[in-house]
Amino acid sequence: MQKSFAMAALLAASCAAQAAGSDADLAAIRAQIAEMKQSYEQRIAALENKLAEAESKTAQPAQAPVVAAAPQAQASASAFNPEVSLILQGKFRQMKDIPNRGITGFFPAGIEGANKRGFSADETELVLAANIDPYWRGQAIIAMADGQAEVEEAWFQSLAIGHGVGLKAGRFRSGIGYINEQHPHARDFADAPLMYQAMFGDSYAQDGVQLKWLAPTPLFVELGAEVGRGANFPGTERNRNGANGSALYVHVGDDLGISNSWRVGMSWLKTKAGERSADFTDLAGVTAQGAFSGDSTTWLADFVWKWAPNGNPKYQNFKFQSEYFSREEKGALSCRSDDAASLCNVAVDSSYRTRQSGWYAQGVYQFTPEWRAGLRYEQLDSGTRDFGLNAANLAVDAYKPKKATAMIDYSWSEFSRVRLQFAQDKSMQGITDNQLTMQYIMSLGAHGAHKF
Amino acid sequence: MRKQLSLLLLTLAALPAWANLNVFATVPEWAALAKEIGGDKVTVYSATTAFQDPHRIEAKPSLLAQARRAQLVVAAGADLEIGWLPLVVRDSGNSTIQPGSPGYFEAANYVNRLDVPAVLDRAHGDVHAAGNPHTHLNPHNVMLVGAALATRMAELDAANGPAYQAGFKAFAGKWQTAMARWEKAAAPLRGVPVLVHHSSFVYLTNWLAMKEVGALEPKPGIEPSSGHLTGLLAKQQATPAKMVLRAAYNQDGPSQWIAGKAGIPAVLLPYTVGGTAEAKDLFGLFDDTLQRLLKALP
Repeated sequence: MQKSFAMAALLAASCAAQAAGSDADLAAIRAQIAEMKQSYEQRIAALENKLAEAESKTAQPAQAPVVAAAPQAQASASAFNPEVSLILQGKFRQMKDIPNRGITGFFPAGIEGANKRGFSADETELVLAANIDPYWRGQAIIAMADGQAEVEEAWFQSLAIGHGVGLKAGRFRSGIGYINEQHPHARDFADAPLMYQAMFGDSYAQDGVQLKWLAPTPLFVELGAEVGRGANFPGTERNRNGANGSALYVHVGDDLGISNSWRVGMSWLKTKAGERSADFTDLAGVTAQGAFSGDSTTWLADFVWKWAPNGNPKYQNFKFQSEYFSREEKGALSCRSDDAASLCNVAVDSSYRTRQSGWYAQGVYQFTPEWRAGLRYEQLDSGTRDFGLNAANLAVDAYKPKKATAMIDYSWSEFSRVRLQFAQDKSMQGITDNQLTMQYIMSLGAHGAHKF
Repeated sequence: MRKQLSLLLLTLAALPAWANLNVFATVPEWAALAKEIGGDKVTVYSATTAFQDPHRIEAKPSLLAQARRAQLVVAAGADLEIGWLPLVVRDSGNSTIQPGSPGYFEAANYVNRLDVPAVLDRAHGDVHAAGNPHTHLNPHNVMLVGAALATRMAELDAANGPAYQAGFKAFAGKWQTAMARWEKAAAPLRGVPVLVHHSSFVYLTNWLAMKEVGALEPKPGIEPSSGHLTGLLAKQQATPAKMVLRAAYNQDGPSQWIAGKAGIPAVLLPYTVGGTAEAKDLFGLFDDTLQRLLKALP
């Protein structure tokens, strides 16, 4: 400041020396000086204000907040521990006893505990997550049920690649469809939609690599690609080099005004199956084993729309979602049976070709902070099934499985929820199964954010 | 052809002019502050409005798209946004805004936090381990956060650094004057006992030396229950509150109920910028808050 003052003075002096004779110049110099004077007076006034402010601050120390020096770090070493959460999920279920529960017209995807009735502790999920270093974050989810612990997910993801690129590797839920990435505790109904049960048994997880790219546009546009082991249904475990399953997807989404948000998606999944076996009933009424080897291609379309007044979902909100799939399988089917009465007693190999589809639509309305009610309707289509030579041996069911579900749930807080669900399940030809489910979902510890 | 080329060059030359610092603020108050500091040098996006509960936002596609393009995330911090912001920041594929990098700024880190719990147990409700995150309702905190934010903005966008510092100085000058005015006007509020809907006004009541004698939520984040409200009403006999405060995003039912029974005014406060028609900016927020409080005095 002193320097600039001195410079200005010098400048003024030299100006004055050069144009001493001219009145006009003199006037200009006077104006300049006046301007400078005014500017300095302003600065001095500002400084005086500051001083007064500082004095008043010290005068009332109770009101002047202490300046916290930079971010206050937590001293304890436990701050470095991973975020831990445990999800308790149990239920009571009342329904018909059907030993080989399945979905008529669909290759069974192996649904665990499908016929479990009465009380059950279902599944306990342990979630561990943390940043590994500035570049990576890791997460593991262990699902524990009687006598077994299963690694549901175990992956790491990139934090520092930038340019909208996200890389994930390990075992992860595939990004295809909408609810596939959601854990059972985040779902709005006690069971997965029939569509997901028919497609994957419950949901599709992949051992592999996922690459995502988010476009730098105001509209949300996300592209994803995955390659992996493809060991889960509709693929099979095949001990070989290379990738067995690959997926591509695109998600687009935005807001509509302040109260509405939406997302649409399109996904493609291709897997290979080798000797994927399942029980079939042959035309003589005897159980025979069918084994499929070939390619499975699935297309999925999904749509979700959420509404909340003023975009504040706490008190009231409505969510509508719907998904559709179409799957084509091409390859060979071999039918065999040890039972002498079976038509497949002598193994029969044939071609196999199916094209099947299905959809569900659901709406969930939260009408108070605690209460939500929802309806879901779903229907599958066993579509075309061409068994080639085996058409002479195996029953080809043509059926449209249907299910209608209503639920109501109560949450004391974000961490505790109890749900009552009633479903009329017509997923098996000739059977109407009225199912009643009481379920609780309790989460302990750090609560990771849920996806949209 | 040559004309087109020169036009292209001109456009390229003009690029830095629109390459503003993109700020993604989680809440309107810090969006407003970033705008005060940055002026036309910044593009500020506010992820929420005054009518949204900032605890309960979802990781919407639109938020991901905005975070993808941000150079600076300004969060309230102290875990206020824990339910959605970490996911948005991670899934944005934007390396510059990850926690720990200069592009990630938490306001709560620069103020003296109140309500830091001694015991961490969910039985006490949705408590924040780092203390109460609603820090902006003490204007001294706004000043502290502003100084830190201006420095951070200058660090990220060195070319406009002097502009940010100047922007903050201009704001600080006006703010000091306004604070003196507010503190003078608020003298009658000193010691006034109040009920609050959620513990979102602790910095305000602390600044004005008002007394919080109860909250409508039995525990932070748990909705008011009739049993708890009845209990509060009974307590009115021994420790009578003079008014009941709620934010623009809180439901009005519980405060109307208790106000009616206890014969005290239910006061809606803007809580943040945009919460009322008068709270157009940070100055309006405090002007209106004080006006509403003073009007409610018996």
